[in-house]
Amino acid sequence: MDLKHTTIHALSNELNAGKISSLELCQAYLKNIDARDNEIGAFLEIDREHMLAAAQEADSRRAAGKTLSAYDGIPIAVKDNICVKDERCSCASKILEPVKSPYDATAVAALKKQGFIPFGRLNMDEFAMGSSCENSAFKTTRNPLDTSRVPGGSSGGSAACVAADFAPAALGSDTGGSIRQPAAFCGVVGVKPTYGRVSRYGLVAFASSLDQIGPLCNDAEDAGIILDAISGFDPHDSTSLPDAAGGFADAARKGLETGSLAGLKFGLPKEYFTGGLDAGVAKVMDETIAKVKALGGQIVDVSLPHTKYAVAVYYIIATAEASANLARFDGIRYGSRQDANGLVDTYYKSRGAGFGDEVKRRILLGTYVLSSGYYDAYYLRAQRVRTLIRKDFEEAFKHCDLLLTPVTPQTAFKFNEKSDPLQMYLSDIFTIALNLSGHCGISIPAGIDGATGMPVAAQIMAPAMGEATMLSAAAAFMK
Amino acid sequence: MSSAIDIKYVADLARLELSAEQAEKLQGELARVVEYIAELGEVDVTGVEPTAHAAQLTNVWREDCAEKSFPREAMLKNAPGIIHENLIKVPRVLPSEEE
Repeated sequence: MDLKHTTIHALSNELNAGKISSLELCQAYLKNIDARDNEIGAFLEIDREHMLAAAQEADSRRAAGKTLSAYDGIPIAVKDNICVKDERCSCASKILEPVKSPYDATAVAALKKQGFIPFGRLNMDEFAMGSSCENSAFKTTRNPLDTSRVPGGSSGGSAACVAADFAPAALGSDTGGSIRQPAAFCGVVGVKPTYGRVSRYGLVAFASSLDQIGPLCNDAEDAGIILDAISGFDPHDSTSLPDAAGGFADAARKGLETGSLAGLKFGLPKEYFTGGLDAGVAKVMDETIAKVKALGGQIVDVSLPHTKYAVAVYYIIATAEASANLARFDGIRYGSRQDANGLVDTYYKSRGAGFGDEVKRRILLGTYVLSSGYYDAYYLRAQRVRTLIRKDFEEAFKHCDLLLTPVTPQTAFKFNEKSDPLQMYLSDIFTIALNLSGHCGISIPAGIDGATGMPVAAQIMAPAMGEATMLSAAAAFMK
Repeated sequence: MSSAIDIKYVADLARLELSAEQAEKLQGELARVVEYIAELGEVDVTGVEPTAHAAQLTNVWREDCAEKSFPREAMLKNAPGIIHENLIKVPRVLPSEEE
């Protein structure tokens, strides 16, 4: 069958009608991977035997009328910072290169429970630190739509995998835009759930107060299907929310059915539209706003006045948390060790050899902002400005149901185009405030930039726990 | 706010070995980033409470009861040192007497 941009719900129909088996489906995706992943580089590794065995088990269950769910036997690829039992999990870092996961992440276990087949290790920026996948210690991932351009990051392998039809969907993680930005660059759908929606158990921690696991896929309904599976309280993650989760796929189906945005107020935060936008991105955003109006949506102007400080706040809080989280990688308990004379030298050498440049930069910055004499001036002040950023969103959501913005100021850039770290950090301007505030957002394809020929995405942001409304609107918009 | 960053001192705090060349490059790059983040100094944060967590959860309790944990051998498999009777072998912690 033709797998081009095939959705989970379409595959589910094929499987349940007996038109294709899970084994044939997995083999078809592997064929796509064999044909093109040499060029794209989305995967670090694939355990084919295990994947095909799981497919055969799903086929046996279906033959016996004992499917685990309507999605039994559908493969979903996984970013290399999410644990899949007995598979390696390296975070695209040398320091964790030999590590195998002793258990499944809660999100992975939840997918398996429905019969999904989590497979492969998708390339990423080392420890999810980067916006282009160029910081992987192991390989380059190319944008399937133009291989001279980056796929975005840090979930670049996840986005490239879906865009190249190597899997119908993938899991990624989003700390400052790491799902939404690569989804935008590769022209697929990507969701950052509300902080606490999805358990972080089994996700290797980068910045614990910001990290969330989420789906990259082909439409809003698929995002809902995956969120339905992976959301909810988990006793293994004390930051997971006790609120009821679910009904996300149904919300998307409803949006698709009506195809209308009537009754929804979309706020346009003026700080996301002033200057800095490439002409091609600005043009698509104008068309997007016109389409929202045409579908019955109401547009209102809002303001998020502390937006200009979001990048600075993020690079203080995220690096501070990272410096603490990555302290455990010392060459003793996990990964690779550099032998040295004495314990302390072992730490120095193992970390010096094991971490790449960007990870070192962030550990150093995080250590600096937490160090004696600088803590109040940087870290504590950043936490206070974070409160102001969160309050900006809460105030804006008093005047609208959803926010509509671009995801990135420009489309996918070329390799080595942003060699200055600060310039790379600034490209995250439209995605990171949402991680600081904890609300949810989705990146959806909205048009093509005439100058680069690359996809432009729109971001719909919703209040905490607002995934259903967000997915319904996204589905109606994408119809 | 001073934007001086002493790379060698910070790298020592982080137990990170850097070559002289790397230290010099990072010094320049981080000086620019520190200069950029120092712009937060202009925000009036008087009376603003810090946000440590987006979800605003407090005191998450659980029952104080024993649960089944992972088998020790499985968890020790990822340790790079030689394991002796379920222990991780580490390099010498204290200097020997001759030193």
